[in-house]
Amino acid sequence: MTSIFNGEQIAEMLDQLGVSHVVTVPDSTIGPWQGAIERRGRTRLVRVCREGEAWEVAAGLYLGGASPMVMIQCTGLFESGDAIRNVLHDWKLPIFSMIGYRSYLNQDTLPGDTCLVFTEPVLDAWKIDYRVLTSPQQFGEVAAHYAACKRDGTAGAIIVAEGAA
Amino acid sequence: MSAVSRMAEQEALGVLHAARDPRDIVVTTMSTARDWMKLPQSPFDLVFVPSAMSHATSVGLGLALAQPDRRVVVANGDGSMLMNLGSLVSIASSGARNIVVVVFDNGVYEVTGSQPTPGAQAVDFAAIARGAGFRAVFCVDALEDWRSDVQKILNADGPTFAWLRVEPATDLPGPKSPGPARDRARRFIEALRS
Repeated sequence: MTSIFNGEQIAEMLDQLGVSHVVTVPDSTIGPWQGAIERRGRTRLVRVCREGEAWEVAAGLYLGGASPMVMIQCTGLFESGDAIRNVLHDWKLPIFSMIGYRSYLNQDTLPGDTCLVFTEPVLDAWKIDYRVLTSPQQFGEVAAHYAACKRDGTAGAIIVAEGAA
Repeated sequence: MSAVSRMAEQEALGVLHAARDPRDIVVTTMSTARDWMKLPQSPFDLVFVPSAMSHATSVGLGLALAQPDRRVVVANGDGSMLMNLGSLVSIASSGARNIVVVVFDNGVYEVTGSQPTPGAQAVDFAAIARGAGFRAVFCVDALEDWRSDVQKILNADGPTFAWLRVEPATDLPGPKSPGPARDRARRFIEALRS
C-alpha cells in the first residue's frame, strides 16, 4: 500500500470543509490527489516551488480572507522551518496542513529512512498539534482535527502515513 | 552594465507611496519596511516584520489570490529576492495578474551591515523575471524615470516586475516591528473585510 486515502475522498473532504486553496508541493502519495481536487473544482491548487513558500503563500491567503491548507511531504516540513516559525508563531496564523509521512508504511525504497527518526520530533519542536493517521479507517479524523483547530483558532496538522518514497 | 546614478531607496519608496492607489495592498520587508514606516501608513500596508527570510513575495502571492480585486505591491530587496527566486515562478504560474513585485536592488544585505549579495552588480533580475513568466518587466535606474513611469508600471498588464537599482545606505538599523504581529494581522484582516 502506498496511500491510505485516495484523491476522490480528499477532494470531497476539502470541499466539505470549505478549504479554498491547497498550497502544495507534491510527493508520490499526495501528488496523485491533485487530479481529483482539480476535477472537483471547488478547491484551488496553488503550486509552489518549495515548501517554505507554501506556508507564506497560505499566510497571505489567510490574511486576505481565504481558507487555505498546506499539503506537503515531511521532507518539505524539514525545509520549511523558518516559514513555520514565522507564520505559526510570530504571526500566530492558524494554518492547517496535511503532511505525508515518508516510509512509515514500508521502507522498501529507502531502508532506514531518517524521515522516521525526525518527522515527529520536528513537529514537536515547532509545537504543531498533529495527528498521525496510519490506516484508511482513520479518515474521519482529518475533518475532526480540522474542525477542532478551526474552532480553537489554532494551527494543526494531519500526518499521513505513506509507503514507498 | 553601464555605470548609473542610483536613486536613494527612501526617495524611490516615496514615489511608490505617492503613486499607490488607496486600495492597494503594499507588502514591505527588511529595509523597505524600515523606510516605508517613516511614511504615512495605510490600513492595507502589511509591514512584514517579523518575517521569514525572503518570503514577502510569497505572502504577496497569497494576498493577490485571495483579493483579486485589489492590486498587491511587494517592495522587496535584492537579497530577499535572490533567496526566493522560485517564488517568481510560483507567482507567474499561479495566474494572478494583480501583483507587482518591485525589487529595490542595492547590491548588499543592508540590514546586516551592507555585505555584498551574491552576484551584486551582475545579476540580471529583468531576465530572471522574464524567464519566470512575468508579463510586464521594467528596469529603472534614475529617480526621474521612476517618477514618470511609476503609474505605467503599476497599471501594466501583470504580473509585473520592476527592478529598481538604488543606492546602498550605510549604518542604518534593520526594521523594528511596529507592534505585536498577531494584533496587526487581526487589524489587517478587518481592514480588508470592511
